[in-house]
Amino acid sequence: MMAFLGSMQDWLIAPFAEFEFMRRALVGILALSLGAGPIGVFLMLRRMSLTGDAMAHAILPGAAIGYLVSGLSLGAMTVGGLAAGFLVAILAGVVTRTTRLAEDASLAGFYLISLALGVLIVSLKGSNIDLLHVLFGTVLALDDNTLLLLAAIATATLALLALIYRPLVLECVDPGFLRSVSRAGGPVHILFLGLVVLNLVGGFHALGTLLAVGMMMLPAIAAQFWSRDLTATLGIATLIAALGGVAGLLLSYHLGAPSGPAIILTIGVVYGASMAFGTSGGFIWRLLPQKHLGA
Amino acid sequence: MSIAATDARSQPALAFRNLTLGYDRHPAVHHLSGAVASGALLAVVGPNGAGKSTLLKSIVGTLVPLEGSIDRSGLRAQDIAYLPQSAEIDRTFPITVYDLVSMGHWRRIGMFGRLSRGPRDPVAEAIDAVGLRGFEARALGTLSGGQMQRVLFARLLLQDARLILLDEPFTAIDAKTTSDLIDLIARWHGEKRTVIAVLHDMGIVREHFPETLLLAREAVAWGPTGETLSSENLLRARRMVEAFSHQADICDKVA
Repeated sequence: MMAFLGSMQDWLIAPFAEFEFMRRALVGILALSLGAGPIGVFLMLRRMSLTGDAMAHAILPGAAIGYLVSGLSLGAMTVGGLAAGFLVAILAGVVTRTTRLAEDASLAGFYLISLALGVLIVSLKGSNIDLLHVLFGTVLALDDNTLLLLAAIATATLALLALIYRPLVLECVDPGFLRSVSRAGGPVHILFLGLVVLNLVGGFHALGTLLAVGMMMLPAIAAQFWSRDLTATLGIATLIAALGGVAGLLLSYHLGAPSGPAIILTIGVVYGASMAFGTSGGFIWRLLPQKHLGA
Repeated sequence: MSIAATDARSQPALAFRNLTLGYDRHPAVHHLSGAVASGALLAVVGPNGAGKSTLLKSIVGTLVPLEGSIDRSGLRAQDIAYLPQSAEIDRTFPITVYDLVSMGHWRRIGMFGRLSRGPRDPVAEAIDAVGLRGFEARALGTLSGGQMQRVLFARLLLQDARLILLDEPFTAIDAKTTSDLIDLIARWHGEKRTVIAVLHDMGIVREHFPETLLLAREAVAWGPTGETLSSENLLRARRMVEAFSHQADICDKVA
């Protein structure tokens, strides 16, 4: 028993006790999951899973321009990423309203262009190492300022979500009704998109542009297999993001694997398990013979 | 039967003045004039494409008239409740019947107001009134079409509006549910609310609606239901050309 506890200690606690960069990564991942979990659930419920993906890619050229101007600087890349994210969110809306393209088609166009442009801009100045840094993030090298940024984004996200919760839910369920009783629908949608961009930029610093959206969408999709209640889904998604993130971090430490992909893959495993065993629609329950009820 | 007509002369809730509505300059409702009495129970009937839904949309204010105007005589936006033909509701969204119905309170509680559940809970009463007691905690996705329509009527009940607009509320709804919902409409009528309903079932219209507007792009007839739904009028409505013409000249009809 003692030996077991000892090895648990070695596995779960020691990496964080021993190394400061692991402690920083832990804080960063937890802060990230607090914001990204709920945002992902709303993205999924609004049928905007692809939008999140497209916006994550759209951040790349902005961050790359920041990088071009002042190297791997937190401030420049954050501002560049935010600017590019908002620009694409607005452009996609405008294109959808003024042309015959559906929103998903225009978003696909935007993100392909963005990805190519971003990679090109980074390669203009930097090395392949820098490119990897931008594409896949540096969760093991988070400095004080980055941690503060992640924590600030999580705080702002939770506060603002609480503020717009009611119209946001109603805008998802019955937008026509919301239009008939309130003008809040439009502003709430824009605020929500703003939060998506904010969280993607936060995720970009830790996990890179390509993986940031994984921390958002995978927990949300997995949480769907555990509850049909919105409040519970939000909590479960956040929990999956946090636990999966920490587990992935530990795995990457022990196996010597790159941390960003390890985190996303671990959450991916949780998603797979949820799909199989989830109490709300997991496929294993369909295989078991269950007698139907009387009423 | 004639009470609504007398009220129309004294105190109209809505007045259409030479109202023309349409899409891309093609009229869907053409030169409509008339008044709806406060407290009226008005059925709007007519063939498909006659402009019935368009008329309701313009009353709500989501459609701007091509010509003419609607006088809402002191009705504020929050006095109008509108049940569209196919409400764009995401039935897969994880929300309970209780929560959706409670949003009928929006005008009172807004974005932040508290939803109080005292000993007398208006939300539960509304759910009870539409015959869905016991369904409060059910998710929307588990409801049948008729149950969903009952939920929407419960929300209308809570909205407590002076003008209620219903666009084909009984399409694909069984007889029992229809008759329950008609009882609710009768209750609103008794409470002196103005109700305008777009309907296709002439039997329901003749039995329950004292006043009818027969619309076929233009108003074919408007008045007491028995006179409006005469066979000549119905025949005239049926002859209406549904498709608009791409070569149509500019309308020079003077109202």
